[in-house]
Amino acid sequence: MVEAPEGISGSGFFATSFDQVIGHARSYSLWPLPFATSCCGIEFMATMGAHYDFSRFGSERPSFSPRQADLLMVMGTIAKKMGPVLKQVYLQMAEPRWVIAVGACASSGGIFDTYSVLQGIDRVIPVDVYVPGCPPRPEQIIDGFMQIQELARNESLRRRNSDEYQQLLASYNID
Amino acid sequence: MLSNKEVAEDLIKTFGEDVFNFDEPFGFLTLHATRQQIIPVLQHLFNHSYYQVKFLTDLTGIHYPDQKGAEFGVIYHLHSLTHNFRLRIKVFLDKNDIHIPTATGIYLCANWMERETFDFYGIEFDGHPKLTRILNIEEMDYFPMRKEYPLEDPTRDDKIDALFGR
Amino acid sequence: MSDTIEIVPKDKLQPAGVHPELISELTTLNLGPTHPATHGIFQNILQMDGEKIVSGEQTIGYIHRAFEKIAERRPYYQITTLTDRMNYCSSPINNFGWHMTMEKLLQIEVPKRAQYIRVIMMELARISDHIVCNGILGVDSGAFTGFLYVMQKREEIYEMYEQVCGARLTTNMGRIGGMERDLTTEAIRKIREFLKTFPPVLKEFEKLFNRNRIFMDRTINVGGITAESALNYGFTGPNLRAAGVDYDVRVMNPYSSYEDFDFEIPIGQSGDTYDRFMVRNEEMWQSLRIIEQALDNLPEGPYYADAPEYYLPAKKDVYTSMEALIYHFKIVMGEIDAPIGEVYHAVEGGNGELGFYLVSDGGRAPYRLHFRRPSFIYYQAYPEMCKGLTISDAIMIMSSLNVIAGELDA
Repeated sequence: MVEAPEGISGSGFFATSFDQVIGHARSYSLWPLPFATSCCGIEFMATMGAHYDFSRFGSERPSFSPRQADLLMVMGTIAKKMGPVLKQVYLQMAEPRWVIAVGACASSGGIFDTYSVLQGIDRVIPVDVYVPGCPPRPEQIIDGFMQIQELARNESLRRRNSDEYQQLLASYNID
Repeated sequence: MLSNKEVAEDLIKTFGEDVFNFDEPFGFLTLHATRQQIIPVLQHLFNHSYYQVKFLTDLTGIHYPDQKGAEFGVIYHLHSLTHNFRLRIKVFLDKNDIHIPTATGIYLCANWMERETFDFYGIEFDGHPKLTRILNIEEMDYFPMRKEYPLEDPTRDDKIDALFGR
Repeated sequence: MSDTIEIVPKDKLQPAGVHPELISELTTLNLGPTHPATHGIFQNILQMDGEKIVSGEQTIGYIHRAFEKIAERRPYYQITTLTDRMNYCSSPINNFGWHMTMEKLLQIEVPKRAQYIRVIMMELARISDHIVCNGILGVDSGAFTGFLYVMQKREEIYEMYEQVCGARLTTNMGRIGGMERDLTTEAIRKIREFLKTFPPVLKEFEKLFNRNRIFMDRTINVGGITAESALNYGFTGPNLRAAGVDYDVRVMNPYSSYEDFDFEIPIGQSGDTYDRFMVRNEEMWQSLRIIEQALDNLPEGPYYADAPEYYLPAKKDVYTSMEALIYHFKIVMGEIDAPIGEVYHAVEGGNGELGFYLVSDGGRAPYRLHFRRPSFIYYQAYPEMCKGLTISDAIMIMSSLNVIAGELDA
């Protein structure tokens, strides 16, 4: 069962603060964009299957259009050829947006320390949660997703306009 | 049952000096051919009424930096499905003259395999419809599988000694 | 606005809907590299004349991880982890293919029990690969249910992998010279249960698709290829068998005791999408037959070859015997050299002939290792198969070819 946020309740009404309600609603309706490139993508398919059901967390609709997605799940190795494509997809997402790097390859290049693999997607886009593993078990992916839910629930409504966030984006040459 | 000896003798009879260095590592007929005659050899095996070598299994390259005058090799693996017979043909090229005619006229599948070999070693296939890089980024200016280049990205600056406890 | 109608003489009449000044142009449509069907990342640029595809061009290499260059640095037993990640839907087949290549080079004879266990795991991997391909073909045509049913069976296959090697997807199964541990009773029980519970699920899956009017309309006569053209393009595996050529590496060059088993090779007629779907379904039935025969006739004996130079000794011996300690040290530190030679070995992967060409110069790592990857070779034929068809057909053809990005780019 989901816990209700703190607030004052009475017969027929429940009063709480705006950011708690919005955080609550956001965290239970995150629409992911599965950016599955390699082996971790198959573990994501297993997570979406009936055994480890991912849609219990509100991600019933994996959106493949960045404009309609909240969460960018990067699963698999990103090569240097793919880096600009990933950045394009990230730029098309609307705020608030979160990024989760699933797998060792997306977090840090994984076992492929070669000339053609990007050593971690945090070289091109800001990342919120890293899920290590090669490939991570579906339980680990779900754990990472729950961390994103924590972030979404507790995020301040003004964060995306704050200076700190703008500086973070500027460090990636995103404006 | 086709035997290695039979095919080898037929090739020597047809091409004489241009096929040489016959060997049978692990029972697999291997031979060398010259650059000028490689396409006629492939054509001969393809059109042969009995052998019917109509399947190109693999086409790849190799680099021996110590073999002066024959540094780069192109290796063809062929297969005759009707007789279950496989053979391997190697052609060696000098690094200053890396040209070899393309096999796309005979086998359509050689198209991407030759592009991959070009991408990795810089071997140029004359007559190829579109010889560009296929797996690496277009702007790459060196041929990564050559032995003189390292595996890791040379422009990487964060793999510092402190991180590895040195 | 005039109120007289102009009478056009008969010889100047235009057919309705065709404006004489309309210039038709081809449109370019970019399909990929990120597309909604989770196939992997490769890009197709299609030239369209309205709805029909005129020609196409592909860009691949978006997941090029330089396996062949990495392999030149790693000791032989560490390359197994690389082979896992090529065709990641059926990793055990890649692993065992590599081990068999090494055993051919080192001339090690693997005992029968290990060979039978390998056959069981390879056939389970083949079933798992075909489940993904056919399930996703259903998803791409809009039928999500079949996919969910068979993915449940895939979880059971993962449990069996875990019993044998400990991992779900990237298995690193087996060792050079045999298997790392014997089949436990739990593993055998799970496999027997799978053999009982999978046939009804597969029958249900077939009932959903095989005579389904919509599915048949979408797949029959879509993306056909003739046998001659397929051979020239280097097709192997289910795609070639759907075109009518019965080339299967397990039968033509048997390895790991495949000659002991009795199974059939399903072939199609026209090489279109429907034939590929049916061939893969039928291959799953044949794989079940092979697993049953292997499990019923599993011979007794050791599960690894007597090759102390390459196969890690048992841990208890390492603590007590001097030779075992030295071998353990040498193997783990990678000080073992392989003999000089070159070998080519092929196995029947989920997509066709997966070949390993190994050139060894006597060191601890290969001098040159080349993977003959079936997806890379047959994907070249894709634009020709799509000519004259619409976008929805192009998507179905791409799904039915089972192109796996890890294998495409290596």
